[in-house]
Amino acid sequence: MTLKEVKETLNADVISGDHDLGKEITCAFAAELLSDVLALAQEGALLITGFTHSQVVYAADLANLCAVVFIRGKRPSEETKRLADQKKIPLLTTSFMMFEACGLLFEYGLKTCAIKTENGKKGK
Amino acid sequence: MERKENNILLHKTFHIEGGDFINAGSISDHVKKILSEAGFPNKIIRRISIAAFEAEMNVICYATRGDLSLFITPNFLKVVVEDEGKGIPDVNLAMSEGYSTADEKIRELGFGAGMGLPNIRKNADEMILTSKFRQGTHLEFIIYLDRQETQLPFE
Repeated sequence: MTLKEVKETLNADVISGDHDLGKEITCAFAAELLSDVLALAQEGALLITGFTHSQVVYAADLANLCAVVFIRGKRPSEETKRLADQKKIPLLTTSFMMFEACGLLFEYGLKTCAIKTENGKKGK
Repeated sequence: MERKENNILLHKTFHIEGGDFINAGSISDHVKKILSEAGFPNKIIRRISIAAFEAEMNVICYATRGDLSLFITPNFLKVVVEDEGKGIPDVNLAMSEGYSTADEKIRELGFGAGMGLPNIRKNADEMILTSKFRQGTHLEFIIYLDRQETQLPFE
């Protein structure tokens, strides 16, 4: 699915990266812990998180993630937004809760991008 | 090995201030920029940047101050992080996934899950961690440039 479809599915606002809505999203990862993002998210993932500090943009950039969706209507600071513009990482915000946002995207057909953990089945 | 050590193409040191959560990530960002400009493969850059970010966060979260140095040689990339601070009383325990001494503030910032050091180990080909309790910690990790095809850091 494209980032535009993510935006429509989640009824999300685009905070930055409006011109990047054509980006193809193949998988997603949801976390509130950046350590989990750095350890488990695979390249190219869409990140769904409630975490809005600028470190989320650094983490997304360093791990080569494609975009970030903030949940529960959260909005990042101007500084986070500036950094995201600079790093060309689109930021979106949706009023859905984490569980709902993930569920809607999963239902749409988006798959997980996480490395499997000991109790889970294979991510992809 | 000695010959390789002397053959340093680039050596850059960055200062990290303990507790400086606002700028957290900026040094790893510099490291990534240097490696991107030098034209290293994306996979290598991703591995070293992630490990550097975790190491940078560790200094910010747990130390008073520290230095992160990047070395580029023809055969490997090396990052050395030297900090002054409380140190790690039990290095083996600190290396186990999920173990953390993070306080509320660190967790609020999305860190302190006890994944940092294990994640550095996963991304590096070699890692050395030594610490003197109440003095500081020395961490270094290496990614070999000629092993990249066979390395699957997450498996």
